[in-house]
Amino acid sequence: MAFPGPTELDSALRLIEDGALVAIPPDYAGVAMAATRALIRRGVRGLRLVCVPQSGLQADMLIGAGTVAEIETAAVTLGEYGLAPRFTAAIRAGTVRIRDATCPAIHAGLQASEKGAPFSAMRGLIGSDLLKVRPDWRVIDNPFGPGDDPVALIPAIRPDVALFHAPMADAHGNVWVGKRRELVTMAHAAADTLVTVERLYDGDLLADETLAAGTLPALYVGHIAVVPEGTWPIRFGTRTTDATHMAEYAEMAATEAGFQRYLARELAR
Amino acid sequence: MSVRPEELLIGTVAELIGRVRHVAVGALSPIPAAAALLGARRHDGMRVSILNSRRHSFFTDGGRELFDCAGQGRIDAFFLSGGQIDGAGNVNLVAIGDYDRPKARFSGSFGSAYLYYVVPKVILFRLEHTRRTLVDRVDFISAPGTSPPGTYRPGGPHALVTELCVFQFDKPSGRFALASLHPGVSLDEVRDRTGFAFATPDVVPTTALPTDADLALMRGPVARDLAETYPAFAAEVLGWRAEETVR
Repeated sequence: MAFPGPTELDSALRLIEDGALVAIPPDYAGVAMAATRALIRRGVRGLRLVCVPQSGLQADMLIGAGTVAEIETAAVTLGEYGLAPRFTAAIRAGTVRIRDATCPAIHAGLQASEKGAPFSAMRGLIGSDLLKVRPDWRVIDNPFGPGDDPVALIPAIRPDVALFHAPMADAHGNVWVGKRRELVTMAHAAADTLVTVERLYDGDLLADETLAAGTLPALYVGHIAVVPEGTWPIRFGTRTTDATHMAEYAEMAATEAGFQRYLARELAR
Repeated sequence: MSVRPEELLIGTVAELIGRVRHVAVGALSPIPAAAALLGARRHDGMRVSILNSRRHSFFTDGGRELFDCAGQGRIDAFFLSGGQIDGAGNVNLVAIGDYDRPKARFSGSFGSAYLYYVVPKVILFRLEHTRRTLVDRVDFISAPGTSPPGTYRPGGPHALVTELCVFQFDKPSGRFALASLHPGVSLDEVRDRTGFAFATPDVVPTTALPTDADLALMRGPVARDLAETYPAFAAEVLGWRAEETVR
């Protein structure tokens, strides 16, 4: 089926159903914040987030808004604005299931999925309490070693949807991500991908060798919506993080009531 | 020249990094980043990777490249911190109290459960030196200080730097030992504020102040390089003024 062309954000977001396993990128790689607010506005429920490999405001807002049942992540933090307050509160209250991970384990799980393999092997982890809280991770003796060489196995992570923001897409559904290759891994690993973009590219991204090297082909992309400044208030490219907004979020979201005031205001925009 | 506490720490961490091929620095680490940049100014050919920097990061294969690179032994030194750190070098970035119903929850383990194993010189950097942060035994081991024989473990802790002192990690005993006290800090104060037992040399050295040459590097080219990622730190601590780049 040919790519139907860019759609309205709300219609594209139908790809994400209640209970979906959704892969989201770190703050430096293009966080689809406008889409996140739209999802919350729609009232999505029971999401299972996979942070690749960590998240900040996006996961914190989704959790605070009650849309998340489970989160797999190496960390959730507001960075220089402090701990993620709604994440922290939800974990302490036990209202969200946490699957604590470490960055390369999430990359490894996605890489297994993009190869169609059942698992990846990785170094590290032996003796970490992460293995105690992740019974789905296994330790085997390296079958190619001389014996007594424990190695951790990470099962493939196959998200239902990868959701991120990128600089541009063309009319064929190809998306240019540049060197943000974790977005490519996410899209390869996921069953489907929803991308918001700054703008449309006039031409075929795959026709130019230089652009093609940084392009995610339409094969992997289910829906594209054009949303200029779609990562706000999180940085993107040369655009910096809205520091005033982030400081205000950290302050308001420190309490449940403050977060609800923040959310009501932001969703009304 | 008068020396700020941050400058003392930058000089100290640069000494701990030493001459290596490649040092990488994670997010939210202005002092380790400055120390790595100072090292590169002192040692020709030393490569510095600063995550989240445009100019000082050459990775082009996404977030995984740092880890793959480290796994192959291409990164010689890295920095970790911890909500709790214990005397055996165990690091806790997850939670205090019962894991299922924690008293406090931190952000998460990041890459520690991998990088601590594969990077030869991991320098733990945690300014807050209290019995809350430096504990007898961490509540959750994000990454262990040592591993039993047979475990693949080319990497591990090298030193722990705090606002009061430097501990070196002693591999044979698997424990931190006091290496130096920062100027004006007493051994009693460190003992009072440390939750774990540690060995002490008969004569405890004072952490060396940076030389005038190093201070000039810090306040000049290092501050300029750092300003791209940590503009506030470069300006407020190292006195960097952006207009000087015009000259």
